[in-house]
Amino acid sequence: MSRVDGYGWAIDRSRTVSVTVNGRAYTGHPGDTLASVLFAHDVVALGTSVKYRRPRGIAGSWTEDPTGLVQIEEPFPEPMLQATAVEITDGLVARGVNGQGRLAQVPDHARYDRLHTHCDVLVVGAGPAGLLAARDAARAGADVVLVDDRPTPGGALTGTERIEGRPAREFVADTVAELATHPGVTHRQRTTAFGHYDDGFVLALERRTDHLRDAPTTRSRQRVHRIRAARIVIATGAIERPFVFDDDDRPGILLASAARDLLHRHGVLAGHDVVVATTDDSAYAAALDLAGAGARVRVLDARAAVPTTWAARCADAGVPVEAGTTVHGTRGTERITAVVVGDDRAEVPCDLLLVSGGRNPAVHLFSHVGGPLAYDEARGAFVPGGELDGVEVVGAASGAVDPLEEMPPLVLWRTDGDPARQFVDLARDATVADVARAVGAGMTHLEHVKRYTTIGTGHDQGKTSGMLAAGITAELLGRPVAGLGTTTFRPPYTPVAFAALAGRARGELFDPVRTTAIHDRHVRLGAEFEDVGQWRRPRHYPRPGEDMTAAVLRECAAVRGGVGILDGSTLGKIDVQGPDAEVLLDQLYTNLMSTLKVGRVRYGVMCGHDGMVVDDGTVLRLAPDRYLITTTTGNAAAVLDRMEEWIQTEWPGLRVRLTSVTDHWSVFAVVGPRSRAVVGRVFPDVDVSNEAFGFMTWLDTTLDGVPVRLARISFSGELAYEVSVASEYAPALWDRLLAAGAPEGITPYGTETMHVLRAEKGYPIIGQDTDGTVSPHDLGLGWAVSKKKTDFVGKRSFARPANHDAARKQLVSLLPTDATTKLPEGSQIVSFCDAGALPPPPVPMLGHVTSSYHSAELGRPFALALVRAGRERVGEVVHVPVGTTLVPARIGGSVLVDPEGARRDG
Amino acid sequence: MQLITCPWCGPREETEFHYGGAATVPYPADPAALGDDAWARFVFVRPNPKGPATEQWSHAAGCRRWFTAVRDTRTHRFLATVDIQPEVPR
Repeated sequence: MSRVDGYGWAIDRSRTVSVTVNGRAYTGHPGDTLASVLFAHDVVALGTSVKYRRPRGIAGSWTEDPTGLVQIEEPFPEPMLQATAVEITDGLVARGVNGQGRLAQVPDHARYDRLHTHCDVLVVGAGPAGLLAARDAARAGADVVLVDDRPTPGGALTGTERIEGRPAREFVADTVAELATHPGVTHRQRTTAFGHYDDGFVLALERRTDHLRDAPTTRSRQRVHRIRAARIVIATGAIERPFVFDDDDRPGILLASAARDLLHRHGVLAGHDVVVATTDDSAYAAALDLAGAGARVRVLDARAAVPTTWAARCADAGVPVEAGTTVHGTRGTERITAVVVGDDRAEVPCDLLLVSGGRNPAVHLFSHVGGPLAYDEARGAFVPGGELDGVEVVGAASGAVDPLEEMPPLVLWRTDGDPARQFVDLARDATVADVARAVGAGMTHLEHVKRYTTIGTGHDQGKTSGMLAAGITAELLGRPVAGLGTTTFRPPYTPVAFAALAGRARGELFDPVRTTAIHDRHVRLGAEFEDVGQWRRPRHYPRPGEDMTAAVLRECAAVRGGVGILDGSTLGKIDVQGPDAEVLLDQLYTNLMSTLKVGRVRYGVMCGHDGMVVDDGTVLRLAPDRYLITTTTGNAAAVLDRMEEWIQTEWPGLRVRLTSVTDHWSVFAVVGPRSRAVVGRVFPDVDVSNEAFGFMTWLDTTLDGVPVRLARISFSGELAYEVSVASEYAPALWDRLLAAGAPEGITPYGTETMHVLRAEKGYPIIGQDTDGTVSPHDLGLGWAVSKKKTDFVGKRSFARPANHDAARKQLVSLLPTDATTKLPEGSQIVSFCDAGALPPPPVPMLGHVTSSYHSAELGRPFALALVRAGRERVGEVVHVPVGTTLVPARIGGSVLVDPEGARRDG
Repeated sequence: MQLITCPWCGPREETEFHYGGAATVPYPADPAALGDDAWARFVFVRPNPKGPATEQWSHAAGCRRWFTAVRDTRTHRFLATVDIQPEVPR
C-alpha cells in the first residue's frame, strides 16, 4: 500500500469502498478515483495501446491523461473512460482497455436531460482565478453561474498554498460558502463546459449520479446545461505537458503535477523511488512534496542552471538536483525500473518517473468561438492572442506566469533518441517517426500534420500531445513554431456521450408522432401503420393469416367491387382567405383558380421557378374570398411556408391570409361503386345523385346538428365522397359511416391500397413518382397547366428548349411480360440493342421504376416508371435488371384501369 | 449558437430561423419578356459576396414573419435585421 497518513483532503478515510479492476478487488475511500485506488495499491499498468499493444498505465491526474483508459463493466458498460476521472463507488467493475473499448450491448435505462440557463456571468473553472472572478461578480450583484469539471472546487490547488493570507483549502471553503450566500449564484461541480459557441452560449455536461451510491432512478444521470451568458470568464487553468524521449509511454511515467495531486488530494504516494525530469520550476514542488511524504527523489533539470531557492530547499530535503541533465529513455516492462540519463546514458533505477515539460494554457474554450491564439516563444505554448467580445481569460489559462517561478523554463520538445520509440501521442500510438513521415510527405501546417498522423484526435484531444506535435514538426521543418499556423480547438473539450446530447429525445420522444382523431379505431381494427412524415397512418388492415400483399389485394378488390373507407385526415389543409386569395392561387398553381366557382373543386399543381412539380392537391372554393386547399401529407408545412414566403416577400401588398387547418378537419374518403348508398344512408337529407351532386363539387350539410362537408373527389377513379368534419366529431362520424356501410361490407383500407388504386389510374404521388426534375407535362398533366394566364410560378421555364426535348422522361406504365414479376421500385430500365443482348457498359439508362404493385383489378403486377420519350415508346418492350436477371416489360399508357373514366360517377 | 434579432420578437436562437436566400433577387415583373439567359439567371444565379450580404430570413419557429437581414458572410455576424415594409395593396 502506498497510502500516506496526513495527506488526502479529498478522501473520507472513515469509509471504505470496494471496486474490481482487471479481475482483482481493491479498496479505496469515497473521494478516490480509479487511478488513485490503483496507485494506492502500487498498480500502474492498466491495458495495452491501440496500435502496438504496448503496456500502458496512468500518466496524468485528470482529463489530460492520454493512456489510463478503462472499460467500465458494472454498474453499466461504458467504453474508454479515463481512470483518473472515474470516481469510485461500491461494486464498480472495470478493466484496462486493450486497444479499443466496447459499447454496451444492452439498453441504457438511465435518464439524460438538459437545462437552459441565462445569466450575467458564466465562470468556467473553480480554481483560485475562477473563484475570485465569481466572487467579484456576485458581490457586484450579478447573476453568476460557476461550473467546474472536478468533484471539488479549488482547481489545481494542492492545499499547500496560501491565498489572501489563509491556507488555500480554507480560502476555497470560505469563498464557496460566500458564493452560496448570494441568491444570484449557481455553483456546479462535476460540470464540464465542453463547448463554447457564438453570443455567449456554452454547453456544459453535469455528471449527477455516478459518484453516488444510491441515486434515485428518477434523477438524470447526466445533464447538458445550455447556458447563455452576457459575459464569460474562462478560468480553465493550464495543463502540464511532458516532453518526448525513447520509451516515454512505459507505465510508471507520470506528469509531475499528477503525482503531487495524487499525494495531496488522495493521500497516495505514486512511487517510492522517484526521478523527476523537468524543464521548469514547477516540478520542484512535486519533488519536495513526494520527498516529504517519504519517497526517495532526485531531480534532473534540463536547464543549464537550476533555480537557486528551489535547489536550496531540495538540498535541505536531501533531494539531489542535477542541472543540464535529462532523460533519454527508460527500462522496464510492466512498470518502469530505470531511466536512461544524461549524455553517458547512465541507468538510474526508479519505480516512478515524473516529467514536466512546461504548461499549456487551457485555451480550448477561447478558441472554440474563434478566439485568436498566439505562440509564446519563451514558454512554448499557445496563449490567447487577442480579444473576444464578452469573453475574458483569467489565471493560468491566460498564459499568466506562476508567481513562484524563479527561472524561465527551457522549451524542450524531445531528447535525442530513436524516433520510432518516441511517443508523441500515447492515445494514438503516434511517434516522432510518424511526424517525420508527415513532414516528409509535405505537410507543413499543424492541421495537416494532425490529420496525417491522427495526433490529437484521441479521447484526450491532444491536451498534452498537441503542443509537442507542433514543436517537433517545427524542429523537423527547421522553422519556428509560430510559422506553422495554429490549430483550432473544437468542441467537445472532453468526450460527451451521445445519450447525453440526445437527452430525453430518444425512443418515443425522439420525434413527435402525429395520429389522427380515430387512431384508436385503427388500432382496434388491427391496422399495420406506416410513418408518413410525422404522421402514423394505417398502411393496411390485415385479417388473421393475411400478409400485406393479401390484405392489400383484398382491400383493393373491396373498393373497386363494393365500398371502402380511408382515413384521409392527414392531408395538408390550408384555409386561404382574403380579397386577393384568387390572385395568390393563380400565381402559385399552374391552373386558373380565380375562375373556380364557389361550390366547386379543382385539382391543382404547384411548380417551382424551374417549372418542376413541387406539390399537388385539390382546391375547394368556399366563397369568393375564401379557398380551402389540400397538400400532400408530407409536404403540408413546406407548401404553407412557400405560400407565406410569397405573400410576405414577393407580393407583400396582397390582402390574403393563410391558416393551417390540417388538424382541425378530419376527412374520410368513402370510395367505390356502393359509396353512394352508404353516404345517402348517413345523410338522408342530401341528394347524392350524380345530377344533384356532381363530380368535383362540394356541399355543406349537418349530421345531428354538426356541420359536415361532402365533396365528390376521387383518388381511385371510383365513385367517391370525401366526408369532412371538425376533428372532435371524427370518431362519431367514422362509427356512423362504418355502421351504415355494414350491409355493403364497407372495408377500411390503408395507404398501401390507396397507392395501388391511384397508380392503376396513373395518378402520380409527388415525391414518389417525381424527384424535382419532373414537369407537369412529363407527368401527363399538361391539361392542368393554364394557357390563359399571363404568368404563374414556373410558367416561364416551360418555354425553355429543354422542356420541349422529346427525350425527356415521361410517366408511363410498365407491365412485366411474364405477368408475375413485381419490379422493385427504383429499378433501372435499359434497352437491348438489336442483337437481343445488353449493350456494352456503360449501359444506357432509359429511366427507372417509381411505383410498383400487385393489382387485384388487373390480376397481375404493374409499375409506373419515368422513361425517356416514354409516351412515344408505348408498346415497346424494355428490360429491367432484377437481381441477376433481366425482366422484360412492356411500356403502356399511364392509365391502366378504366381509361375512359366510366366509373367516376357510379 | 448565434442570436438573431427578429424585428418583431427580439433576439432569439438561430435554430428558430430559416434562411431564405438573397433578398436582392426579386421575382421579375414580366417573366415572359425575359430571354432564356436572363430567366435562367433569375432561377439559378445568386450573389455570393464575401462580406455583407442582404438576405431574407424568416422566424420560422417564432412569429413566422419574413425579414431582411444584412449578414457578413465572413463572420456570420448580423449587421442589421429589418422588417419588410408592406407595399401599397395592389
